[in-house]
Amino acid sequence: MTEFVAPEIDWLALAPLIVVLGAGVVGVLVEAFVPAKARRVTQIVLTLAALAGGFAFIAVLWPQIVAQPVQVVGGSVTLTPFALGTQGIIAVLAFLGVLVVADRTATGQDAFAPAASAVPGTSYEDLARRSGLEQTEIYPLLLFAAGGMMLFASTDDLIVMFIALEVLSLPLYVLCATARRRRLLSQEAAAKYFLLGAFASALFIFGVALIYGFAGTVRLLEIATAMQQGGLPLDGMSGLLVAGVLLVTVGLLFKVGAVPFHAWTPDVYTGAPTPITGFMAACTKAAAVAALVEVLYRVSIGVQAVDPEIMRQLQVVIVVVAVLTMAVGTVVGSVQSDVKRLLAYSSIAHAGFLLVGIAGFSSQVQSSTLFYLLSYGIATIGAFAVVTLVRERRVTPGSGEHNGPVEDDGVVLGEATEIAQWAGLGRKAPWLTAAFALFLLSMAGIPLTAGFIAKFGAFTGATSGGLWWLAVLGVLASVVAVAFYLRLLVVMVFQPAPITPGVEPARDDSPRVETGAVSTGSTSAGSATATMTKVQVTAAQRVEVTVVRSRGPAALAIAVCAIATVILGVFPSLVLDLAQEASKFVP
Amino acid sequence: MDITNYVVLAAALFAIGATTVLLRRNAIVVFMGVELMLNATNLAFVTFARLHGDLTGQVLAFFVMVVAAAEVVVGLAIIVTIFRTRRSASVDDVNLLKG
Repeated sequence: MTEFVAPEIDWLALAPLIVVLGAGVVGVLVEAFVPAKARRVTQIVLTLAALAGGFAFIAVLWPQIVAQPVQVVGGSVTLTPFALGTQGIIAVLAFLGVLVVADRTATGQDAFAPAASAVPGTSYEDLARRSGLEQTEIYPLLLFAAGGMMLFASTDDLIVMFIALEVLSLPLYVLCATARRRRLLSQEAAAKYFLLGAFASALFIFGVALIYGFAGTVRLLEIATAMQQGGLPLDGMSGLLVAGVLLVTVGLLFKVGAVPFHAWTPDVYTGAPTPITGFMAACTKAAAVAALVEVLYRVSIGVQAVDPEIMRQLQVVIVVVAVLTMAVGTVVGSVQSDVKRLLAYSSIAHAGFLLVGIAGFSSQVQSSTLFYLLSYGIATIGAFAVVTLVRERRVTPGSGEHNGPVEDDGVVLGEATEIAQWAGLGRKAPWLTAAFALFLLSMAGIPLTAGFIAKFGAFTGATSGGLWWLAVLGVLASVVAVAFYLRLLVVMVFQPAPITPGVEPARDDSPRVETGAVSTGSTSAGSATATMTKVQVTAAQRVEVTVVRSRGPAALAIAVCAIATVILGVFPSLVLDLAQEASKFVP
Repeated sequence: MDITNYVVLAAALFAIGATTVLLRRNAIVVFMGVELMLNATNLAFVTFARLHGDLTGQVLAFFVMVVAAAEVVVGLAIIVTIFRTRRSASVDDVNLLKG
């Protein structure tokens, strides 16, 4: 009998992943063993500590990896500076995202359903809410998603990439369905995201199968080498390779949210609980774009060797997708009337700008992409955090706000997401408006914000790849995008808040479903919320827009995001130097 | 038998699955389409594993099965939640979000 030889594993290199995913597993145990009262605090502390710990390990690893990229566990995890940089960005963004998730605001309620499985509008749901149940499982789910994202971009193995894709997607599907209010929209978003996401993963894995058939391996670098050497059993069938690479690319573009695979983005971003939307928009984009860069660049080495013509066509595909994405994101985005939808289209447009940088296939793409992902991510998380604080409030005119015996008067409801409702926000909450304006300006790419440097980097990537006209298109698209960010800003700052009789409440004119009883009229104040769709008010009542106070975490996240946006815009070299190191080793 | 036959069969199954996803209305049937796509992938993996004479492809097929199972868990949960709310699993009824 042969002796058992333990494999050599560089545990330190795996530490960031182990900490985050391990904490996710511990979080599941916390659900089982910690008493209900202490669960929430325990979970939040555990989650934040895990993400911070993961980031600390990344910082420790950084000099070592910059000096010498390593392959761990037989190459399943390949840590290049680019991969590690992506992991760091995801850890930071996830940390900020969890802060927003954890905030219960002055209303004392977080954004999540007390019992996500309860049918909306039933007495069971009411009971769950009144007895103060909480779905603290969201924190482990967030950790699993974050861990999957960190793994997604740091592997050389297409199968590990596929597993990571599922590990990051499945928790997100569930999280999308957990909104406390407008639960039908939330569930609908989850279903759409799930069906389209599963479809995209199937495309991805079939692409992997075809590439495996052609090259005989699923490791990207080995694929490249195998193709360079030639002599493969299916050498004549390069169609297999083309189809495979295209399918894998489509699967990734779906996660990136690029046109024509963007259809889910606006719906899911609108329907999901807002803190989750922020997390998802920032972190998933970072992971997916980084994975796309890894796959495209490594595969392109081999494809170039097999047939330069295929390589050219691949580039054309990316360019076309980039142009379409920018066009749809900016043009359709400029006619939106809902803030979350507008931000969703903005995210699509950003996917387009990122693709412009990638399409050049130049050597700087890695550093410029990293910087772009970071600056876009902090602006996005900040912006969605602001959205969580702008709420609707039910008011009964004539009753007086303080002495009115009228039930559910003054109750804070869901988020006020209609752009028209944001009029006059500048007066009500100047600081919040200023922060939101800053995020919008950064997304628009105005100088002295992070977004400017980021876009500059992306467009430079395109020009140095010889695609100067694509960069020009990108600049044009940014100009259109500026228009729609400014429109929102003008509404917030210059339009006066509507005076009585107030805003027309955001009614939902879609057909009522059979079970569509809206659960209003219960006794406790906090429970008088419409949970099915948008808020329904009686004729005597109206809905006002109010800004609820954060209990701290969300305010902290907004502040950090705002400060980081300015610092990255004014002193970009702080991060650009690090990002430059990340591109020193093109794998 | 020629390898192309196997590949063509896998591709055909995959195409049928994709068509099901894109055309059918019932969420459960759509989901079955996805499963068919994943199984077509398994067939391709196993075929290619035989072609290359290594086990990688067969091992990968197991990974795909595990992922498919995990997807079923999450997917059916979501679909059932919607069904309990609306008494319908048609993707056409899921139309509150648009624009």
